[in-house]
Amino acid sequence: MTGERTTVATLNRTALTRRLVERLKHDEAVIGGIGNANFDLIAAGHRAQNFYMLGSMGLACPIALGVALAQPQRGVIALEGDGSMLMMLGSLATIANMRPANLTIIIWDNGIYQITGKQATATGGVTDIVALARGAGFPRAEWVRDEAHFDILIDRRFEAGGPVLLAAKIDDKPGKGRQARDPPLIRRRFMEGLGASRD
Amino acid sequence: MTWFDTLLQILKGNKVRLIAHVPDNVLTPLINAVAADNYFVSVGATREDEAVGTATGAYMAGLRSAVLMQTSGFALIANALASLVVPYQIPAILVISERGTLGEFNIGQTLVARTMRPTLDALGIVHHTLTDQSTLRFILDSSIKQAFTTQTPVAFILSPLLTGGNPAAHAHLI
Repeated sequence: MTGERTTVATLNRTALTRRLVERLKHDEAVIGGIGNANFDLIAAGHRAQNFYMLGSMGLACPIALGVALAQPQRGVIALEGDGSMLMMLGSLATIANMRPANLTIIIWDNGIYQITGKQATATGGVTDIVALARGAGFPRAEWVRDEAHFDILIDRRFEAGGPVLLAAKIDDKPGKGRQARDPPLIRRRFMEGLGASRD
Repeated sequence: MTWFDTLLQILKGNKVRLIAHVPDNVLTPLINAVAADNYFVSVGATREDEAVGTATGAYMAGLRSAVLMQTSGFALIANALASLVVPYQIPAILVISERGTLGEFNIGQTLVARTMRPTLDALGIVHHTLTDQSTLRFILDSSIKQAFTTQTPVAFILSPLLTGGNPAAHAHLI
């Protein structure tokens, strides 16, 4: 492990997700990546603007990009694990080039594929996800230093233009919530939450 | 009118505005036309499953979308179709330029092309192979409307019979 990741505090995804949701006051869309990102989003309390993935590993950021482009006036947040992000690194380049000012990506980086047996990810080695985002062309990509810093980064995420990527180094604890398992219902509630009609 | 002019016109007529695409020789005039037209939101994706994800997000947020790809790219999206598009009932409009047949030099393309229709069939995704101009407008327009009305995806396979195929591929044939 190298760079800034070694100097930031190790935080907890469940606690940070709760802090995040408490700070959402404008019906922001939140896209939960598969597994623990989703479980903790559910544990923080269902919101009409939450979308829960069931499979399609790596697609939280591409889905969030589509939402952000469709509704440029709405804040959109993708919650993604380091393993899932590593599977879809190209999407960072796409997002940086599309420049959706309303999109924030939050990476929960524990350096492991927690849910499949705690195998090491590349970010548990020498790879720095924030540096990757900067290299992809993100105007702003930062490590979360501690919980207070997380609050500030969330509250001020639109100040320097977007898109923004925030990465939090987290512990190896599993998520608290349960998996949502009704895809048509998830989709329909999400669309209603965003005021999007079928027609 | 060319096949891509017809396709563009029908996408517009059905309010399909976000077009996510991965490059392909045959699709080039379509991709260029989308990028040059302010009606469309053109998203150049790095992979086809990424493009499917972005199109899905846009649809759910009220912006109708389509994905452009070539045959080999379709082979990358089985999981996105099986775990996102089909179970979440997303009316994804998939436009696939068909390689691997009718004058292909690349054996890899011929093999991967054979996985496409069985994959679509296994997932129960309606697909139409578009071969000629006379039926193009009716098939595209009615099937896109059916997809949105019934909340189901549809795949359009653009045959070399319609598009003339990939000139670069033809040039490699002996």
